[in-house]
Amino acid sequence: MLTSVCEDFIDTKVIYFGIMTMNNLFGYKERDTWLNHTTGTAKLVGFLAISTMGMISYDTRFLLALGILAIVLMKMAQIKYHEYALMLKLVLVFAVINLVMVTVLAPQYGAQLYGTHHALFGSGYWTITEEQVFYEFNLLLKYLFSLPLAIILLFTTNPSEFAAGLNKIGVPYKIAYSFAITLRYIPDVQSDYHTISLAQQARGYEISKKASLLARSKGAVQIIIPLIFTSLDRIETISQAMELRRFGRGKKRSWYQEQAFSKRDIIVFIGSIVVIVTGVGLLISNNGRLYNPFQDR
Amino acid sequence: MPAPIIDFQHVTFKYHAQAEPTLHDVSFQIYPGEKVLIAGASGSGKTTLLRLLNGLIPQAYAGDVTGKLTLNGGNIIEQTLFDLSLQAGTVLQDSDAQFVGLTVAEDIAFALENDNQPVSHIKAEVSKWANRFGLGERLGLAPQALSGGQKQRTAMAGVLVDDGKLLLFDEPLASLDPAAGVAAMEMIDKLQTERELTVVIIEHRIEEVLSANVDRVIVMADGRIVANGTPTEMIQLGILPENGLDEPLYVKLLRRANVDVASLANVADVKQVIVDENKVAIEQLKIPVKKGLHDTPKLVIENIDFSYDKKQPLFKKFSTVIHQGEVLGIVGKNGSGKTTLSHLLTGFLMPGAGDILLDGKSVLQQSIKERADDIGYVLQNPNHMITKATVFEEVASGLILRHVPNDEVEARTRTVLKLIDLDNMRHWPISALSFGQKKRLTIAAVLVLSPQILILDEPTAGQDATHTGDLLNFLATINQQEKTTIVIITHDMHLLANFVERALVVVDGQLLADTTPAELLANEKLVTAASLRTTSIYQLANRLGISNPEELNAAIVHG
Amino acid sequence: MNTKKKSEGFSVRSVVATGIGAAVFFVLMKFIAIPTGVPNTTINVAEGWLALIAGLFGPVVGLLVGFIGHTLNDAVTYGSPWWSWVIADGIFGFLLGLGKKHLALEYGNLSTKKLIQFNIWQVISNVIAWFIIAPIGDILIYKEAAQKVFLQGAVTAVVNSLSVAIIGSLLLVAYVKSRPKKNSLRNE
Ligand SMILES: Nc1ncnc2c1ncn2[C@@H]1O[C@H](COP(=O)(O)OP(=O)(O)OP(=O)(O)O)[C@@H](O)[C@H]1O
Ligand SMILES: Nc1ncnc2c1ncn2[C@@H]1O[C@H](COP(=O)(O)OP(=O)(O)OP(=O)(O)O)[C@@H](O)[C@H]1O
Ligand SMILES: [Mg+2]
Ligand SMILES: [Mg+2]
Repeated sequence: MLTSVCEDFIDTKVIYFGIMTMNNLFGYKERDTWLNHTTGTAKLVGFLAISTMGMISYDTRFLLALGILAIVLMKMAQIKYHEYALMLKLVLVFAVINLVMVTVLAPQYGAQLYGTHHALFGSGYWTITEEQVFYEFNLLLKYLFSLPLAIILLFTTNPSEFAAGLNKIGVPYKIAYSFAITLRYIPDVQSDYHTISLAQQARGYEISKKASLLARSKGAVQIIIPLIFTSLDRIETISQAMELRRFGRGKKRSWYQEQAFSKRDIIVFIGSIVVIVTGVGLLISNNGRLYNPFQDR
Repeated sequence: MPAPIIDFQHVTFKYHAQAEPTLHDVSFQIYPGEKVLIAGASGSGKTTLLRLLNGLIPQAYAGDVTGKLTLNGGNIIEQTLFDLSLQAGTVLQDSDAQFVGLTVAEDIAFALENDNQPVSHIKAEVSKWANRFGLGERLGLAPQALSGGQKQRTAMAGVLVDDGKLLLFDEPLASLDPAAGVAAMEMIDKLQTERELTVVIIEHRIEEVLSANVDRVIVMADGRIVANGTPTEMIQLGILPENGLDEPLYVKLLRRANVDVASLANVADVKQVIVDENKVAIEQLKIPVKKGLHDTPKLVIENIDFSYDKKQPLFKKFSTVIHQGEVLGIVGKNGSGKTTLSHLLTGFLMPGAGDILLDGKSVLQQSIKERADDIGYVLQNPNHMITKATVFEEVASGLILRHVPNDEVEARTRTVLKLIDLDNMRHWPISALSFGQKKRLTIAAVLVLSPQILILDEPTAGQDATHTGDLLNFLATINQQEKTTIVIITHDMHLLANFVERALVVVDGQLLADTTPAELLANEKLVTAASLRTTSIYQLANRLGISNPEELNAAIVHG
Repeated sequence: MNTKKKSEGFSVRSVVATGIGAAVFFVLMKFIAIPTGVPNTTINVAEGWLALIAGLFGPVVGLLVGFIGHTLNDAVTYGSPWWSWVIADGIFGFLLGLGKKHLALEYGNLSTKKLIQFNIWQVISNVIAWFIIAPIGDILIYKEAAQKVFLQGAVTAVVNSLSVAIIGSLLLVAYVKSRPKKNSLRNE
């Protein structure tokens, strides 16, 4: 198993060359759109509201509507296809594999869920029903609908705003700040990792394709260990640096990045409420999470 | 006399993990408005002393403290870190760790945010301090996009927003190029006079700190205070070299010219010391500069292109030759591509075009490890190289990987450890070493492999004169006996002036000059362009009207 | 040693441990993750790191590191987090953190016995997190098919137990070896 750690490690090393800065890690860019100017707090609330409702609901109409809304918003945010192409492909691969698995492992699950049985083709264990197809279509929608929303959130929100935003929606400031520290130090950890791997190779751990698998796996461990120690050291020095500037002193702290709400933000909040109310309404009218078109047939 | 701001009476301190105390019976006072330099060999307890001042001991480092220590009249041990931080601001050595904000603005704002100040007030303060430090245009930048000097200034601004009256600096110059170092010292000097601050600085680069009007020097050795007085007294009494520290170069020169330093007024200030009557004696010291002793090409760099970012190429058709057996220095301002160049040589990075030849054969097809068999490389940051738990294992690991027999591993490792003065700590866990000790350890781990070419990135950062001297002696030995080619990347002007035979000046990926250090330092234009600084010898020569100061410099090196 | 601060709950050190812990977790997960062939399931070194950091800093830090690290990784890779697995990772961190007192990594020697106990506990935690919490979450939150999610969960539990057994144990041993013992440092 370790040997495969290594192989993979070598491949990724080539891809992630150089230091990613935090901004391009998340794809944030300054753009002049209303979504960019909306505060991080409002977008976070909107994202959580829509994605939670979408997660709970199995109402096809609702999911489709949310999906379309998300795509429209993404267009408004002027995000280009090439910026998110990789994510989209990964999600599609992820979705397809999952759907195949469901089909193979639980071909009757749809019928069981909707309580009716309309065979389409196949027989015995492999009978594929309309219910199954419909269920899997819903599943696909669920895998996909929140992607545009997440992309908007990541691509239009300055990472600095996340922590302040989290704190504003009620996450304790210490936890919100640990999230900020994560964002702050990911690029540093990344570049450490890269440098350490090079330094270890120079010390004599051959991990290029020229060495045996065992030698390469030993080499990989030699990179992880210094990375871990450097990081543990960091924890000490950074917490000292923070205490020396009084972090954790009071019950509250203010945020440089905190922004006042404007009309846009109010609209986002209202929109979120509308989505929640609609979603809850549908839950009640559907008598549960499923929208069942097969009932009356 | 006013009451002291800091008062230590018979303070002794032992870290929990240590068997013996690290500080012994330390007593001193610092008065409001003073600027004090704390100097001492690596491992002598300077950082430990600072940790007692700002409360990190005992709050973050456990140990036993005895004695009486007060700050502004209050017992330090009984106060919380928060209370202490309002009285004393600390700028840590590692400006990457100090930089906790996602951007410059947030980092400067950090203390005020923690005090829950209103955002409008914070913004005003941040913009005020950022402008003071020339960071006004860079408020939105992430730390990864800043140079070492800019990070350092951000750290200072982030501490000064507090309006505390006492500032503590742990090696503020360590990673700055000489010009940035001088700028930082001037900044500290200016702030101190404007705002009546009390400043305590720990630093190995004594010449640079003394140039900024230090009032007092406290010298430490093995956890004790061995001297405490004005810079002039220190130099007159010759205390610095006694304790393994570097005297300013002009003082060395004066001593060599048999000037009676002990009775010279203002000897601590090269701009004021009066030695006109010794001009002749000094001039007689001149010796001609040696150059171009080596001409067999060892490592040839041919027309290399390299860029991190397609829009901004760093190296374009860069070429140079490193000769067999020479001691080459690479200098240039922060961020100009020195480390990148060494990464290209060691195979950490691949050039976009061009070739690198070792003994006439291209090395571009070799793996990093294969190249490392010929080219030993010591990285700038020691933490990136350390993999083992103890000092001995760390140095031995490269030999073990190369299947060297056990008894030879033991012998070679011990020899190198003795050389760098870590042999008596060989069973210590590496986490208990000071920064300078770690740096030496990583040098040892590469030295033990006896490479043909040795590249050292900032080998003397955080080192005192004795250890630097020992290291340089060793390098000189292997250079002479084994013909090892040595390449040193450095900001240390003493090292450049005293050790290097040939200097390459790299600025923004361009080879600006290829010359001898002595000539480089005598060329003011080049010095400015490369963000270097002439040493005090040149300043003295200038004042005395002595021509060709590089020949004076040579006197110190080869005399 | 410092009694004043303890009462305030989440200490500054814990805040930083959480932040850095999650950053390292993220980097390890993103860079060194091996697909097992079963979707959503990768062998990763990150869980070994989580075991160490939870063992050093306790359950709350463990929980948050798993939660934040996994959320970020999902967000950056797939756009949005897959909550049931995020929660499972958090709970895994929490469970491992419960062993902090017993392991006492900061001071003690790590005896073989303790190492074995640690491994038993990590296997139990893996089973709870991946074979119970994650699939049940999938069923409750996403209405996935039980057959599928339990298979995924079982594979993950096995793979992660193995990863932690190797990488986690290795890190614990390396850490303990790097700590100086009280009054132990003297020149020789
Ligand atoms: N946390 C620690 N635990 C145990 N021993 C320590 C610790 N920190 C420092 N020491 C020891 O205390 C001694 C003094 O260290 P200190 O860091 O104060 O030296 P320094 O004068 O600042 O050295 P340098 O110039 O290299 O930074 C060293 O021998 C070191 O090994
Ligand atoms: N991994 C990287 N990715 C992108 N840019 C980088 C990377 N490493 C360095 N740079 C940039 O390349 C330039 C040269 O950097 P380099 O580290 O070689 O400078 P240096 O001369 O060694 O500086 P210093 O004296 O501060 O160590 C700088 O502008 C730096 O920001
Ligand atoms: Mg120190
Ligand atoms: Mg450099």
